[in-house]
Amino acid sequence: MLLLAIDTSTTAITVGLHDGSSVVAEAATLDARAHAEHLAPNIRDVLASAGAEPGDVTDVVVGIGPGPFTGLRVGIVTGRTFAFALGLPVRGLTSLDAIAHEAWLGGRRGELVVATDARRKEVYAAAYVLGDDRADRVTEPAVSRAGDLPAETRGLPTAGRGPTLYAEALPHAVAPLDVSGGALADLAVRRLRETAPAPGGLQWVDPGHGFDGLEPLYLRRPDAAPAPPSTKSTLG
Amino acid sequence: MSDEPLVLGIETSCDETGVGIVRGQTLLVDTVASSVEEHARFGGVVPEVASRAHLEAMVPTIERACREAGVRLRDLDAISVTAGPGLAGALLVGVASAKALALALGTPIYGVNHLASHVAVDIVEHGPLPEPTMAMLVSGGHSSLLLVPDVTNDVRSLGSTMDDAAGEAFDKVARVLGLPFPGGPHVDRAAREGNRIAIDFPRGLTTGRDMERHRFDFSFSGLKTAVARWVETRQRAGEAVPVADVAASFQEAVVDVLTRKALLACKEHDVDHLLIGGGVAANSRLRALAEERCAKAGVTLRVPRPGLCTDNGAMVAALGAQMVSKGRDPSDLGLPTDSSMPVTLVQA
Ligand SMILES: [Zn+2]
Repeated sequence: MLLLAIDTSTTAITVGLHDGSSVVAEAATLDARAHAEHLAPNIRDVLASAGAEPGDVTDVVVGIGPGPFTGLRVGIVTGRTFAFALGLPVRGLTSLDAIAHEAWLGGRRGELVVATDARRKEVYAAAYVLGDDRADRVTEPAVSRAGDLPAETRGLPTAGRGPTLYAEALPHAVAPLDVSGGALADLAVRRLRETAPAPGGLQWVDPGHGFDGLEPLYLRRPDAAPAPPSTKSTLG
Repeated sequence: MSDEPLVLGIETSCDETGVGIVRGQTLLVDTVASSVEEHARFGGVVPEVASRAHLEAMVPTIERACREAGVRLRDLDAISVTAGPGLAGALLVGVASAKALALALGTPIYGVNHLASHVAVDIVEHGPLPEPTMAMLVSGGHSSLLLVPDVTNDVRSLGSTMDDAAGEAFDKVARVLGLPFPGGPHVDRAAREGNRIAIDFPRGLTTGRDMERHRFDFSFSGLKTAVARWVETRQRAGEAVPVADVAASFQEAVVDVLTRKALLACKEHDVDHLLIGGGVAANSRLRALAEERCAKAGVTLRVPRPGLCTDNGAMVAALGAQMVSKGRDPSDLGLPTDSSMPVTLVQA
């Protein structure tokens, strides 16, 4: 097995490669404005450092957010296209879960909030319980102002960039800040092991089977975005 | 035949998700998924709506193009993609997808200019481009006159619009006349029943000092305002608006300036081929008047079929195939998108 994990939902443009027993290579570039520039070179470099060819990859997993839309799409379309080109299964995982999983891998237990930067003075957040053998998400990912999260939630240890941006509302900052490709890959391999395999021959893996589908978690409608209609028409 | 490069092109600069496949100068397939209907209620393209639609359509459109052309991805010699100009978020979806294809397949990637692609597409329609060719690109996003000695690395801008693009003026006038978005085809249709000389609308940047300082530039915002004022005056007087006459007279003002300046550029630069591309090239009156004036001036007119004038993937593949054939170096896998990529920069 050689599982390629990709996430562009946070400031980190991150890639991880997992051979089924451990993370064999990982890369991350911190650049919130240039996801499409760094992602493909990062995948190329990660494969090269593991001595692997694109054709050696057996599984693709992408973080489906929530995250700022433009960057988020870069990771999802890259994962979908890479997998399509090589005829591989491609699966999605909620990106916030990868942050909670990394905290869990680091030894953290108990309650945890993950709050990432949603821009426009808001955070994407979900609550977790980190048990002995896994991290479980206990609320659906949502977007809101940090100060509008329930008071009992805001006092909990909080991973992601939310606490660094809104220290007053989220005073208890803990690691990690961003998604890491290695943690996402590790989470994906565990989910693959824990759950029944998807029906054979399926190239495009639907939600279920421990995964979350391949649709981006936007959590905001485009209408809500104050993007004025472009001055460009559709005449080509 | 088989040693000609097989190139897949991806175009996502606005609201069309286009994938085309070209072998050398032969078009194999041109597949387009459009989100135009999702934008109609906004009266213009909403960038976030376009980007979401690109993400959903991207892989299915690549899949459909390969299936219809009977091409296996692993047989491709290169991937070509629009790097700019265009909507930033929309461009990113296509470029990221193209990079993933190139990386997975081990092919070179060419990040190319959308405008140069509008020129190159005519190669798959009418054969090699004479060098130089004069090109006029008119659409909702651009109105440019280009002198093109070599579409793969030498595109010179002679002029462009100072304000609205030609297609934008069509959209805005359509709105004034109560015609649906996108305005181009509806104004064209209404104009067929109208009198082109009923109303003498202004021709922007065509007289005296303007012709000295903005010889090959265009301006359509004054014309658009003149049409709106004319219609308003009628409405305020309680008179019916002769929609067909207004459409025909407005359209005549646009295509008169476009063709006049294009032929003047041909004459002054001693070029005997004029290529018209972009969505507005589908306008029936523009085609007719250009034919008439080119014939009179001894200039050969080249206009791709309407489906290849609007944004599509075939044009990007066509330019990519030229890049490969001429031995141009591919782009780096880290190539950026550039929403305001200058027309003189053919490759990113
Ligand atoms: Zn165009």
